[in-house]
This record gives sequence, C-alpha cells and structure tokens, in this order.
Amino acid sequence: MSLPDKTTTMEEAVAAIPDGAVVMLGGFGVPGTPFTLIHELVRQGKRDLTVIKNDANEAGMGVDHLIVAGLMRKLIVTHLGLNANAIAAMNEGRIKVELCAQGILAERIRAGGAGLQAILTDIGLETELAEGKQVIEMAGKRLLVEPAIRADVALIHADCADPFGNLTYLATARNFNPPMAMAAERVIVETERLVPLGGISPDAVETPGVFVDHICPLTQISEEYGVVRR
Amino acid sequence: MSDGNFSENVQDPRARMVARAAREIAPGMVVNLGIGLPTKVIDHLPEGFPVCLHTENGMAGIGPTLPYEAADRNLIDAGGAYVSPLPGTSYFDSAVSFALVRSGRLDLTMLGAFEVAESGDLANWKIPGKFSPGAGGAIELAQKARRVVVLTTHTDRKGNPKLLRQCTLPLTARGHVARIFTDMAVVDVTPRGFALVELASGTTAKEVQEATGATLHLPAGDIPTF
Repeated sequence: MSLPDKTTTMEEAVAAIPDGAVVMLGGFGVPGTPFTLIHELVRQGKRDLTVIKNDANEAGMGVDHLIVAGLMRKLIVTHLGLNANAIAAMNEGRIKVELCAQGILAERIRAGGAGLQAILTDIGLETELAEGKQVIEMAGKRLLVEPAIRADVALIHADCADPFGNLTYLATARNFNPPMAMAAERVIVETERLVPLGGISPDAVETPGVFVDHICPLTQISEEYGVVRR
Repeated sequence: MSDGNFSENVQDPRARMVARAAREIAPGMVVNLGIGLPTKVIDHLPEGFPVCLHTENGMAGIGPTLPYEAADRNLIDAGGAYVSPLPGTSYFDSAVSFALVRSGRLDLTMLGAFEVAESGDLANWKIPGKFSPGAGGAIELAQKARRVVVLTTHTDRKGNPKLLRQCTLPLTARGHVARIFTDMAVVDVTPRGFALVELASGTTAKEVQEATGATLHLPAGDIPTF
C-alpha cells in the first residue's frame, strides 16, 4: 500500500473554486499568509468571495489584492487596522465586515474542523460583539452561542509537506493555518518545501494529510513573504 | 533588557511610567503585553529575569526584538515586531494560544486604553465613526487574564481625562481592570472607585485629581513616588 499523491498545480487547484465561495486564508500579518495562492485567486478573477482571515494584511499585500480588485464581498476578521484600503472599503460599504474576537474566531474554526455545531462562551458578553447573538443559560451562567465555521475552501501556507498532505509549519507562521486546514470542504496548501512520503516523521506531523486535498509546491518565495522594513 | 536591575532614574514621564509598570511583573509570571506602550515594558526588565512573555499569534517565551537585518520572516509578535526565541520557547496555533488565555494561564496582561472607568471597565478598541479596526485579541485578554493592568497617558492629546466615572466608548470588557499606570500616577481600581497609589515625581495629588474624570481616593499619609 502507499498513500495517495495530492500534488497539483496552483492553477488547477484554484480553478476548482467557484465564484461566491467562502474562503479561509491562513496568516497573522505576513507569517503564514498564502500570498501566492491569493495571487492565483486574483489572476483567475474569482468573484463575490467571502473571506475569513485574522487580519486584512497591509495595503498592497495579501488579502488587500482581493479588496482592490473588487473580488471580495464580505470579510470576517478580528482586526483590520493596519490596512487603510480595507478600512476605506468597509466605511464606503464596498465590503461587508464582520468583526470577531480573535480566539473566538480561532475556536469557531476549530469547532468547524472538529465536526461540532457551535461553542458556548462568556467572551464578549456585555460588549457590542454580543449584539444579535443567541444567549443561553447553563449552570446559572449566561453564555453566547458562537456557531462553528466551515468554509468551501481553505488556503493554507505550510513550511513543509509530503505528497499526501501531511504538514508542518514554522514559528508564528502557524497561527490560523492548522485550524483552518481542518475546517473546509476543499483544503489547498502552498508549501515552501515538498518532501517524499516518509520525509516528515509521523511524530512531527502537525496537520494530518487526511484533512488536505491539494498540495502545491511553491516555485519561488516572493518579496511579499519577506521581512517588512519598518 | 537592562543589566540586572529594574531601570532607575528614568527622566521622560512616559518612559518612567513604562519602567514603573515593569516592576509589576513578578518572577515566574506568564505575561501578555498589549500592542503599543505595553510592549515597551520589555526594555525595562532586568536581563535574565525569569518571566514567560506570551504573544497571542502563537508564542510563549518571547526573546529580544531583532533589527531588520537579523529578523526571521516567520517570527513576529502580535504587534508585528520581529522577535527572537529563548531557550525553552514554544510555538502554537491561534486556537491553542487563546486556550491558554481563556483557561486562566495568563498571570498578567498589560493593555493600552482609550478610557478606563472607576468600576474597572475598559474601552480600547473602537471610536465610533472614527476608528473601528476590530479588537483582535483584546477582549479575551481583558476578560480572562488573572490580573489586568492598563498603561496609558493620564489624559488624551486634547487634555481630556481618560480615567472616568463611566466609559463613553464601546467596552472591551467590563470590570476587569485592577490597576492603571499613567505618566502622572499609579491608580488602583477599588470597590470605592479610583485610589491613588503612587505619584510620578514632581506631580501633586491635586494635579492628578484635576486630570481625572472621577473621584480619586487618597491614601492616608505620604504618597510614594516613582
């Protein structure tokens, strides 16, 4: 027996994404953002996307290309303060923005990847983030019902992958990638390194390949991945 | 980090506030420093001080900040600064990072503020109509760290007080702030309201009261300075 090979080209993997898709994007700032997959989304002109991402990157980088190209309908995000384009698009009504507490977004995604329907939490009670949300009482406590999130597609950045889709990550480039890599119908991974089956020790695997659909090796690490001069 | 001792004799009022706040960190703590002023607390910790600094983008054990030339493109703190690991550092994803926060493993968080109320309410994420970038991880930090302290200038740029009877801006969390470090004073949140604990040297209790938008309870006897 041998494990199946899921390597493909980025063009082919992204071509299967329909207009109107709900797309999760890994990344917190630069580390872990799948910049090359985002460029391919823009190049293929996928429209009316709902994007779920921790942050809106900065102007001229990553998710900003989707905003500038007018391809994003809605952004579910925890913070977009570093991208003036995103704030302008939100204020002018060109994109709808749903703000979520950071750990609650991560946990809703984790729950989606774990086949759960929702989480219960006291985070955000008595703030405006609780407005319009279902509240239940359990063991004498008021709790918010935060629905689990799954997406049509997750675009993931890994440091290393094997052809079956077993993944490892580096440093703070993990962030939302591991939970998102479990929470979509179609999981597409760009990887800096592709090693043969067995090239990642089973003990070192962080995302099991079972969750992954497509592996796209990066042919170059563009400037966008680099250290930002501040 | 400074050489073996907490910083002394800092002149600039803001730097003095940050240096004073650094002394709030006890050996052995797990601490999250918010974006902005709180991050600068690191510069005032003695070298080799036993503390685990957490950043919500997935790291426990933050080491010194690195210049551009030495930076690792995969290693930042939540404010985007390039940082380094220490022996014993760990990395983890965002779900684990906030599991740590919500389950009470943070001994202390230091946060910035737009407004703090005498009840310990904190507003630090939104100014309606002007500034609404999202709260990031601030709500969970403010609600779940075992101790929440705030670092802020005592007044805003126009001289308006930031310590108030009630917050006017949307809240980050209700009733969790325990202590406030400002350029003028150290103020505790008590069941009676704000209590003056320490004065910045050269500042009087009367000046602090005038710059505060709520009653400031004074201690009996001499007020220590920092």
